[in-house]
Amino acid sequence: MWDIVISALPKLLEAMVKYTIPLTLLSFTFGIIIAVIVALIKFLNPKVSGIVSILWKLLRLLASFYVWVFRSTPLLVQLFIIFFGLPAIGVKLPAFTAAVIGFSLNTGAYASETIRSALLSVNKDQWDAAYTLGFSTPKTLWKIIMPQAFRIVLPPLSNEFIGLVKDTSLASTITIAEMFQIIQQYAAQNYEPLLMYVEVAALYAMLCTILSVLQRYLEKKSSRYMKGDKN
Amino acid sequence: MLKINEIKKSFGKKAVLKGISAKFPQGKTTVIVGPSGSGKTTLLRSLDMLVTPDSGTLDFDDLHLDFAKPISNKENKELRDKTSMVFQNWNLFPNLTILKNITASPIFVHHVAKEQAETNAHNLLKEVGLDEYADAYPDELSGGQQQRISICRALAVKPEYILLDEPTSALDPESEMMILKMLERLAKEGQSMIMVTHNMQFAKDAADKILLVENGEVEFDGAKDAFFSQSSIRVKEFLQGISLK
Repeated sequence: MWDIVISALPKLLEAMVKYTIPLTLLSFTFGIIIAVIVALIKFLNPKVSGIVSILWKLLRLLASFYVWVFRSTPLLVQLFIIFFGLPAIGVKLPAFTAAVIGFSLNTGAYASETIRSALLSVNKDQWDAAYTLGFSTPKTLWKIIMPQAFRIVLPPLSNEFIGLVKDTSLASTITIAEMFQIIQQYAAQNYEPLLMYVEVAALYAMLCTILSVLQRYLEKKSSRYMKGDKN
Repeated sequence: MLKINEIKKSFGKKAVLKGISAKFPQGKTTVIVGPSGSGKTTLLRSLDMLVTPDSGTLDFDDLHLDFAKPISNKENKELRDKTSMVFQNWNLFPNLTILKNITASPIFVHHVAKEQAETNAHNLLKEVGLDEYADAYPDELSGGQQQRISICRALAVKPEYILLDEPTSALDPESEMMILKMLERLAKEGQSMIMVTHNMQFAKDAADKILLVENGEVEFDGAKDAFFSQSSIRVKEFLQGISLK
C-alpha cells in the first residue's frame, strides 16, 4: 500500500512546486493588488467636482459591477469562460495565464470587500486626529489607517489565501497538470482512488497548515500594540 | 488673530451654527461654553476644517477662507499648519508608540529631521513626566496619561492655536486636575488656546475670554470678568443652571 503512496509522491510534489504554489502566490498577489484598488475606489469619497466627479462615479460603478459579477458566478465557470470561451472572440490564453487571471479576479472581488470593511472599521476619530496634524488623505491612509486595518483584515484575508490554495485544484479542469490532475491520473491507473485522494488531501492540508502557522505569527506581530500582547 | 464671520452649518435640515461671528485673540485663552447640543464642538471643529461650514468666512493672518466657495487643499493645509486639535477621547494612534505619535506629524508632514523631532518629543515628554513611556503603546497608558500625550502631540507641530474639545470630560478627577494645570501653565506661557469645556473653574482660572453658544448662536462674547459678573440675564441663567448641577 505504501509503495503506491510513495510512487505518486515525486510527481505530486513536482506539481505542487510547479503549479499549485506559483498559481496560489501569483493569483493572491495580483488579487490583493486588484482588491486594494477596488476597495479604495469604493471607500474613498474625494471632494471633486465637474468632470472628475462624474469619472469617479463611473469608476465606482465599474468597481461595484466587477465585484458583483465575480461574486455572483462560480469560479469554475469563470475559469471556463476565460480559457475555453475567450478564444471565440480571438483571445487565446495559455492555460496557466488563464488560471492566474481567473483566480486573481475572483480573489480580488472577494478580498476587496474584506479590505473595504476593514478600512471602514477603523475609528473615524483616527482620520480627524491625522487631519488636524496636517496629514493629507493619502498619508493618513498609508501611515495611520492601513496599518490599523491590516490587523483587522489579516484573519479574513488568510482565510481567502488558504481557500485559494485549495481552489487551485480547479485548474485541473483547464488542462493544468497540478496536484489534483496528477492524482486523478494515478487513481485511474492503480484503482486506489481512496488512497490517492487521501494522499493529495494530506498534501493540501500540509500546505494550509503551514499558512495557518504563518497567519498566527503575522497576527501576533500586527497586534503587538494591543494591551497584554507586546511580543 | 483668528476671526470668523457669519459661520453657518447645517446637518441635514438641522441648523447647528446659525451665523456665528467671533474673534479669538492671539496669546490668549478663549473658552467656549454652552449647553449640550448648542453647537460649540461644531464651531471648534470648523476652526480646523474638520467640519466644513456651509457659508461664512474665516480669517487667519493673511489666510482668507470663504466657505461658500470650495476650499483648496493648499488653503486647508495652511489652516491646519496653524492649528492643532486635542480631542475629548485623545485619539492617539494605537499602532504607533508614544514617541512616534508625537513625531509622526513633524517628520511626515513638516519634514523635520528625525533626530530633531525625537529630541523635541523627548523634551515635551519630560515636561509632562512621561518620557519613560516613549516606547510604550497608547493602550498601555491610562486615560489621563494619554490625554497628556495628545497635548504633547498637538504642541509638537508648534501650532499658533491649540483647539481643545472638552479635553477633561472623559477623565477621573485627579487626571482632570493634572490636565487643567498643564493647560493653565500653557496659558500663562502665552500659548493661544480655544477650548470647549463644561469646567467653569478652569474658565474662571485660565480663560481670558468667554464665548457662550446656545442654539447655534452666540449669547455672550466678552471678557471673563464680565461673564462671571453675570452681566446678562442669559449668562446668569446659564451659570445658575450649572451650579444647580
